[in-house]
Amino acid sequence: MSDQAEDKAVTIPAQTSGTTLTKDAAPGDTLLKVTGLQKHFPIKKGLLQRQVGAVRAVDGIDFEVRAGETLGVVGESGCGKSTMGRLITRLLEPTAGKVEFQGKDITHLGVGGMRPLRRDVQMIFQDPYSSLNPRHTIGTIVSAPFKLQGVEPEGGVKKEVQRLLSVVGLNPEHYNRYPHEFSGGQRQRIGIARALALNPKLVVADEPVSALDVSIQAQVVNLLDDLQSELGLTYVIIAHDLSVVRHVSDRIAVMYLGKIMELADRDLLYKSPMHPYTKALMSAVPIPDPARKAAKSERILLKGDVPSPIAPPSGCRFHTRCWKATQICATTEPPLKELRPGQQVACHHPENFEDQAPQDVVLLSAAKEAAELVSEEALAESAATSAAVAAEVEGTEAGSAETKSAETKSAETESAETESAETKSAKAGSAEAESTESESTESESTESESTESESTEAAEGETEGEAAEGEAAEGAASDGDQPSAGSGDEPAAEEEPPAKGK
Amino acid sequence: MLAYLIRRLFAAAVMLVVIILVVFCIFFLVPKWAGVDIALNFVGKQADPAAVEGVREKLGLGDPVLVQAWEFFKGIFAGRTYAAGGDVTQCAAPCFGYSFKTEQSVWPVLTERFPVTLALALGAAVLWLIFGVAAGVLSALKRGTLWDRGAMVVALAGVSLPIYFTGLLSLAIFSYGLGWIDGEFVPLEDSFSGWFGGMILPWITLAFLYAAMYARITRATMLEILGEDYIRTARAKGLKEQVVISKHAMRSTLTPLLTMLGMDLGALMGGAILTETTFSLPGLGQKVLDAIQNHDLPFILGVVLITSLAVLIANLVVDVLYAVIDPRVRLA
Amino acid sequence: MTELSKSGAAVGEPTATSPAPTAFLEVRDLKVHFPTDDGLVKSVDGLSFQLEKGKTLGIVGESGSGKSVTSLGIMGLHTAGQYGKRKAQISGEIWLDGTELLSADPDHVRKLRGREMAMIFQDPLSALHPYYTIGQQIVEAYRIHHKVDKKTAKRRAVEMLDRVGIPQPDKRVDSYPHEFSGGMRQRAMIAMSLVNNPELLIADEPTTALDVTVQAQILDLIRDLQKEFGSAVIIITHDLGVVAELADDLLVMYGGRCVERGPAEKVFYEPRHPYTWGLLGSMPRLDRDQQERLIPVKGSPPSLINLPSGCAFNPRCPYADVPKDDVTRTVRPELTEVGSKHWAACHMSQEQRERIWTEEIAPKL
Repeated sequence: MSDQAEDKAVTIPAQTSGTTLTKDAAPGDTLLKVTGLQKHFPIKKGLLQRQVGAVRAVDGIDFEVRAGETLGVVGESGCGKSTMGRLITRLLEPTAGKVEFQGKDITHLGVGGMRPLRRDVQMIFQDPYSSLNPRHTIGTIVSAPFKLQGVEPEGGVKKEVQRLLSVVGLNPEHYNRYPHEFSGGQRQRIGIARALALNPKLVVADEPVSALDVSIQAQVVNLLDDLQSELGLTYVIIAHDLSVVRHVSDRIAVMYLGKIMELADRDLLYKSPMHPYTKALMSAVPIPDPARKAAKSERILLKGDVPSPIAPPSGCRFHTRCWKATQICATTEPPLKELRPGQQVACHHPENFEDQAPQDVVLLSAAKEAAELVSEEALAESAATSAAVAAEVEGTEAGSAETKSAETKSAETESAETESAETKSAKAGSAEAESTESESTESESTESESTESESTEAAEGETEGEAAEGEAAEGAASDGDQPSAGSGDEPAAEEEPPAKGK
Repeated sequence: MLAYLIRRLFAAAVMLVVIILVVFCIFFLVPKWAGVDIALNFVGKQADPAAVEGVREKLGLGDPVLVQAWEFFKGIFAGRTYAAGGDVTQCAAPCFGYSFKTEQSVWPVLTERFPVTLALALGAAVLWLIFGVAAGVLSALKRGTLWDRGAMVVALAGVSLPIYFTGLLSLAIFSYGLGWIDGEFVPLEDSFSGWFGGMILPWITLAFLYAAMYARITRATMLEILGEDYIRTARAKGLKEQVVISKHAMRSTLTPLLTMLGMDLGALMGGAILTETTFSLPGLGQKVLDAIQNHDLPFILGVVLITSLAVLIANLVVDVLYAVIDPRVRLA
Repeated sequence: MTELSKSGAAVGEPTATSPAPTAFLEVRDLKVHFPTDDGLVKSVDGLSFQLEKGKTLGIVGESGSGKSVTSLGIMGLHTAGQYGKRKAQISGEIWLDGTELLSADPDHVRKLRGREMAMIFQDPLSALHPYYTIGQQIVEAYRIHHKVDKKTAKRRAVEMLDRVGIPQPDKRVDSYPHEFSGGMRQRAMIAMSLVNNPELLIADEPTTALDVTVQAQILDLIRDLQKEFGSAVIIITHDLGVVAELADDLLVMYGGRCVERGPAEKVFYEPRHPYTWGLLGSMPRLDRDQQERLIPVKGSPPSLINLPSGCAFNPRCPYADVPKDDVTRTVRPELTEVGSKHWAACHMSQEQRERIWTEEIAPKL
């Protein structure tokens, strides 16, 4: 691949003459590094336009993009993924944090300072209708980067533009046509040709296919694929469609409310997602297979809506909708930690892995409601995989504290109920935790009301009561042992002390 | 809703103060900077220096700018006293000063004349809203038909023909030709029917211009709204088409019209002056023309302030109506 | 299939002579054409299908395939509120519960709208009137068809909001659409369309504007409500995943015509039209191992003014030359039965298609 990249560098003189900034990064090297990146949009009100708050669109994210790879960024609307894209291309000024491109800090470069960099970082936009000026010909549009950068490609601009058009699968003869003469898919190709004109190193594509029809989507996805292998491009592809992202990405970042929840290699992420949000997100994707209609129970339904990014929930941002949220989730924000090689997760109680906060097992009552929406099967499966991980960990690590915590985890998820600290030590078997235990610890499990009220406040009130949607059929089993509404009113004797094991 | 209203009222008050200050600058400071002596203007060209000096002292033109501004400002709300030696003139609030030309206090003239102009403007506004909106809606619903084209041709004529033309034409036809209407102005106190008869042609003339504009805007807005998804939803519910139009589409069509109305009431002055002149109505129009010709600054100033106030109030009403119609505005 | 070609030949003649069908909803040879300056846009050009109560039909196609036009045609919304001269030209028959809608009195059809047949639209923000509260809009929908006072209607609205899972329905009933989130709006929209217990519910891209987790909630809701109300549902979408979740039968549209129709399992597992293959090959799938490459359909959707002659799909079809004598470019293929209740419109022989599917297409998916 590096050979190809060099070949191209020779064929496009614009590149060889224009590499003033830095040398090409070898594949695998860090091309773009983002640390603590933040973007807050102030909300101003009143006559004096006082700032009364801020939309925390991106609120402290760290990641890096390696040369030659594709980093996919997924998340629901309002998670800050598009803002992130505009920050790393410096179309927006970050509020805080650092963006480094090829080792150079570009966080606060001005328009002039960014100029040489614009050649290396290009963007493809979502809407191929509004991102092309309708009054300009295709030739003008695609050649604009040359003019702006003052680059004269070998053989002239026109020849180069026609070459680019053929690279993206358009007829070079269409040089003099206008955007309205093209279909959506073709326009997106024009946008791609424009982005490629100066042979960039990094292409940031914001929802490059979501405005296109299914059959056209596949064309563009394949084109992006081909261009990457031919030109050695590095992509950051931002999309809401998880199946498209899986198809194009090497690594994937899952964003929620301005934070990265999980950042992992593609296969790890899709085979064994660790963050509950990732898991819920993936289970929500409708599968084009009618046989799965009956298998609806595999789905993890999240309750309610995404909370407002103006006042994101305390602690872990997902805790208001998470079925595993405990007290620590409401108070302490989990750091994005590499739990497994190639898989970074920000969660206290990850799926498919040992619990990160084993001492904290009292579910928030919001989590109990959320759990009603999660089918027995899904919970059981989660418990089983966690148990397997626990067994693995037991085998590799001798530390008894670790073992204990892993077991706790498996038992807890199995019954979708909580468990008290004393039962932990009593158990030895990995997957044997039965619901009898959860019954015996019922009283403790309801003692977390104080933290819970705080959490629902943050959730805009809307989420409250959403659980009514929980299917009677599904929830029946778990409903049986949940008299939580009544017992929740009883005066809690004492908050369970967080027993520090280590 | 109440908070919104208070906010708007506060904004209007601030706006009024700003307008007064700007007006003060234009009429007292600009001539000074330009080297024109207001006192000289007041007294007349062949005045003896002593008289000029007296006037200058009386009007306080020698005082510092801030003092003058304060006096001016105070005069409007609390009245002011002009004093030069023993010559004391009490000017009760609201005091806009004295006309250069007639040496009358401005305010009584305004209060005498303004109601006629206001009646002309409001009456015309009601007329043009009713007929303009109705014609626009009908055109939209009968898009492409003969009616639509005819209405739009008339509207085009209305927009392009000057008021003195349409005014004189209507006078010629209805008053002199057909003799239906006696074109003379009769004060409202004397006879309602006489007043109404005298106002009807001016109303129609002034309304014609705006009705044409509103018809075109209404038509365009209505066509756009009819293509909205929520109109389709209303039909999908099984609503009768009349209800779809009158309830769902009309309410949305009204909002841009309201915005326009707020602005047009301000711009109406020009049209009103021409109309009043054409029909010899004793409104502000003719007086303003005279005042401009005679550089009668205090009078112009009074007119500017009172019309500004009218526009402010009109806009306030429009804003409140807007909030009543569109709930989204209440939050903003 | 002969029946279809017969009715196709009878276009233009009065259709009242054909007997009322037994199916709850039957559409026969529906054509919806729009005259424009550039020519006649044949958005729907001869579409037929049936739907029973309690069943869900999924209509799949790309933009411009005529799927939304079909739904508006059934609702009679092409004729309602058509101002000006350019009226849509609609022909064919639409039988709803024994009544033919196209020849019926427009006011009668209006009364059926909202009561017998209701619709959910793609973008709930623009489909709800911004100036009226959610409650006012639901109350209105209810009171058109029920002579009740506002209080009773409002109670009904609260009840419906509660049923579709809106928390604190008695408070939210007085909220305006802009105060709701996207998912909540779509729930409210569903509540409004179901307030009169319609027998037929048409959902036009009900989840396209929503996030995937919200989409899952809404699909769940639609499915449950259908079970509860026993209505017939038509779900229109471009997303094969969504129809696979909900639909019993599937109808694939291309260029205003149906190219394949049959039980969902059949269409997914044994598709018999190259366009259906293309759709299946175009989408990356989460439930399979990572595909090396997607198999897109080449070219772009056709113009509805100048449909390609013969099979409308022929310029994009990789197998256009398989049938002999250039027949794909000259003769429009009719729907033929390729299995039990399974039709496809393709010139290739059954055997050819079966072979191509099992040997060339299926292994790559």
